[in-house]
Amino acid sequence: MKDNYPKAAARFLRDAERAKWHDDTLWMVRQKRDANARSIPEWEQLRHLASQIKTHTLLRLDHYLEQFADSAAANGITVHWAADAVEHNRLVLEILQSAGVKKLVKSKSMLAEECHLNPYLQAAGIEVVESDLGERILQLAGQPPSHIVMPAIHLTRQAVGKLFEEKLHTDPGNSDPTYLTRAARRHLRQHFLTADAAMTGANFCVADSGDVVVCTNEGNADMGVALAPLHVVSAGIEKVIPDAGALAVYTRLLARSATGQPVTAYTTHHRAPRPGCQMHVILVDNGRTDTLANPEHAQTLKCLRCGACMNTCPAYRHAGGYAYSYLIPGPIGMQLGMSRDPRAHAGDIPACSLCYSCNDACPAKVDLADQTYRWRQQLDSMHLASAPKKLISRVLRLLFTSPKLYENVLRLAPLVNRLPRFLVYNRLNAWGRDREMPPFAGESFTRAWKRGKVKASREKSK
Amino acid sequence: MRVGLFIPCYINAAYPEVGIATFKLLEHLGVDIDYPLPQTCCGQPMANAGFETSALPLARRLDALFAPYERVVTPSASCAAFIRIHHPAILAGGDTGSRAKNQTEDEHPCHTHEKIVDLCEFLHDVLRVTALPGVFPHRVSIHNSCHGVRELRLSSASELNIPRYSKIAALLALVRGIDITEPERPDECCGFGGMFAVEVPAVSACMGREKVRRHLATGAEYITGADSSCLMHMQGIARREKLPARFIHVAQILASGL
Ligand code: SF4
Repeated sequence: MKDNYPKAAARFLRDAERAKWHDDTLWMVRQKRDANARSIPEWEQLRHLASQIKTHTLLRLDHYLEQFADSAAANGITVHWAADAVEHNRLVLEILQSAGVKKLVKSKSMLAEECHLNPYLQAAGIEVVESDLGERILQLAGQPPSHIVMPAIHLTRQAVGKLFEEKLHTDPGNSDPTYLTRAARRHLRQHFLTADAAMTGANFCVADSGDVVVCTNEGNADMGVALAPLHVVSAGIEKVIPDAGALAVYTRLLARSATGQPVTAYTTHHRAPRPGCQMHVILVDNGRTDTLANPEHAQTLKCLRCGACMNTCPAYRHAGGYAYSYLIPGPIGMQLGMSRDPRAHAGDIPACSLCYSCNDACPAKVDLADQTYRWRQQLDSMHLASAPKKLISRVLRLLFTSPKLYENVLRLAPLVNRLPRFLVYNRLNAWGRDREMPPFAGESFTRAWKRGKVKASREKSK
Repeated sequence: MRVGLFIPCYINAAYPEVGIATFKLLEHLGVDIDYPLPQTCCGQPMANAGFETSALPLARRLDALFAPYERVVTPSASCAAFIRIHHPAILAGGDTGSRAKNQTEDEHPCHTHEKIVDLCEFLHDVLRVTALPGVFPHRVSIHNSCHGVRELRLSSASELNIPRYSKIAALLALVRGIDITEPERPDECCGFGGMFAVEVPAVSACMGREKVRRHLATGAEYITGADSSCLMHMQGIARREKLPARFIHVAQILASGL
């Protein structure tokens, strides 16, 4: 089993230099996001609209999904429905096998990660090549993503240089980003030219036109689709939006929130298969309707997967994506992981100081911090609450519901100031590991009040 | 208007001078202020850790205790926010933690959440104070605590594209001689987070060290804010790291000279 967040985060922080680099790099992305958000006077109205349109669509999801499926089918796209990951993977394999596909180029898809598609296809003898630079780096390194938009953000360019040296035979010691990117491009180009099929995710599925909209910066998704005779799209059912008007709201928010760019370099509408080619769209539930049925957590489905909540989250920036047990980290990952399997992912729930920054950064106004707070309330009834926290809460309850006891404790607290250090600062005192204890006052406010000193202090100065 | 003073548990135990400053300030401003007893805690530490059930008896007590008052003032943004946002749902015993939810039918109708204000809100929004007698000839760095910023909206959150404002800075500016500044990343969390501080101590302390350094980098002599809990955490860090930081609650600066 993976370590829970507190342990994994502590391990991440041991390499102080790299941890600082991680925090600074992501904070820089947040600052770019801030600057972009401020350049749009109606930014807050856009967020409000984005939230409302998603809420509306989710409330009528059946209608919009059918509308999308009909429009797409009318455009010549084959539409499939998958209830879960198993069904999704089987559908992908069937589509690929019936077209005789040996090599598949993929562009980044968190849904494919969610379904563990790559190992499944590889086991069936299909070569899978990730074409997004970050994803390709991770595929070569044999690692999962640590961020949803910048999946290899945990790797420095030096680490990437070393990896390429080994796998792509680049010049030893050369970690110049331009050089490495060119090397990756040369290497990927071969795969693009020889792939039999291309697979993409979807940022939006537009119901009234049947368009599948994919937003990328590298153009790799377009390259793959343009060259291969078969295009397979995997989309979560929450990706559907009503029309182009709604799309306009989201494209204004997405890149600004994600990377602090006005728009992604490519916003491609895939509307129909090219002549003589095939296009398939698989609409995947995999737990989404359960989330929709849960009023406390349904808002998760409004998510655009922009990653802004990660970039702003201090608990994410100071721990890295691998500190979380679910494959999507940060505030949104905590919600998605818990909706999927509370038992497996309850260890991520401490990763929040309830600073609420995610709520204000989220372009779709997902109530992330509130959901974390709610999950915490639910852990106890699921027998997943942390035993020490439960004990502390019980003790506090006892203390605070017994005013006499409380007053006595207040009176005795200052003794702590004078105890020998080893009694106060030891393994049992997590507060004292990196901090000094608060200096308990010789006389509490309550006691000073009872002895008339508070009022007297005012009289004195009159 | 009869005003009840709520002094949160950790201020009571560790920072009584914050309570005294609050009392003096309110009396000076002509407020009919009382400190009803016995009071303990609003229940936030337990609820934020996932135990609203442990917070329920405290919410009940608090509500009964402050029933006779028209307003409840507390020198703690975080406690004010907790009572305002979470007490109704906790008392209703319904589904927990919905900020939008107000309790509907219940044997314990809750009122404190409508009456509770943080001291800065009270001075800025209710009393609309325009003059203070004090002098504080020092450079101070404002600690914009998370719940103050993003729950009570004491200042504009840096994530939002709204006109910039700060109620705390506006109040501090009424004190003569003061030089007000803010750190880089002006409203990033200091890492306290209640039980977060002891459950994830490595991250909490790392955030705290960075925050204190950013405050000190402004050249400020004092770090001030509306939440003694954040200040307590940062003070603990600064003392351990032997950093020359001094901490003072906003109430103490506003009450200077009284
Ligand atoms: S929850 Fe909001 S901020 Fe986080 S990834 Fe989704 S849309 Fe972006």
